[in-house]
Amino acid sequence: MNSNKVKISFCSRSANEAFARGAVAAFVATMDPTVAELSDIKTAVSEAVTNCIVHAYRDTVGQIDLTAEIREDNKLILTITDKGVGIEDVERAMQPMYTTGSPEERAGLGFAVMKSFMDELKVRSKPGKGTRVTMTKYIRSR
Amino acid sequence: MKADVEFMATGEFLTAALTGEIDHHTAALLRSKIDEQIDRRLPQKLILDFSGVGFMDSSGIGLILGRSKRMQAAGGQVMVRGVSPQINRMLRLANIQAEQ
Repeated sequence: MNSNKVKISFCSRSANEAFARGAVAAFVATMDPTVAELSDIKTAVSEAVTNCIVHAYRDTVGQIDLTAEIREDNKLILTITDKGVGIEDVERAMQPMYTTGSPEERAGLGFAVMKSFMDELKVRSKPGKGTRVTMTKYIRSR
Repeated sequence: MKADVEFMATGEFLTAALTGEIDHHTAALLRSKIDEQIDRRLPQKLILDFSGVGFMDSSGIGLILGRSKRMQAAGGQVMVRGVSPQINRMLRLANIQAEQ
């Protein structure tokens, strides 16, 4: 498979959660993923984008940059970047069920889902500067 | 993308049949529709049926846990059914048991 890359930018409106996962799903379709793999990827994208909207740009609307890259070894690399509030303690934020959002509405599972549904997850963040989430998924050849 | 919920009440049971895609955007509307029915009908058991749900991220877990707290505060309980294998993976991360 040839390598390929797309980059999309969109504002942190919750209606764009469906747009983001739909766009990535359309791009990834060329890798011929299974239904389960595609669902894993869509879910992870939805979690990462929701984090930007709910946490990074909590009191404002900002830009979210998403890149999706297909490498020749059936490797998909996704990055989701914001210039929002950043995360003070990334390790703590990645603990399952930890949330600074409303406990009535947020389960605190965003990073746990990304970690579980993708093969690799990296989170880099600077308070006041923003956060970059990098996720990798290997699409098994059928 | 849209999500919706239809209700069926029988005796002490209230069934909420969810459809569409559940994310942070759509969960807000589902939450308010379900809470309105809980307040109106005061069921002992709330059944959340995910048979018609094509996609769900962890916002769906928040939806379940929030309704569960609400029902427990009134002495009731929540049952989850009709989940796909993908949704079930998500439920297991939150230690939520779905009915078969």
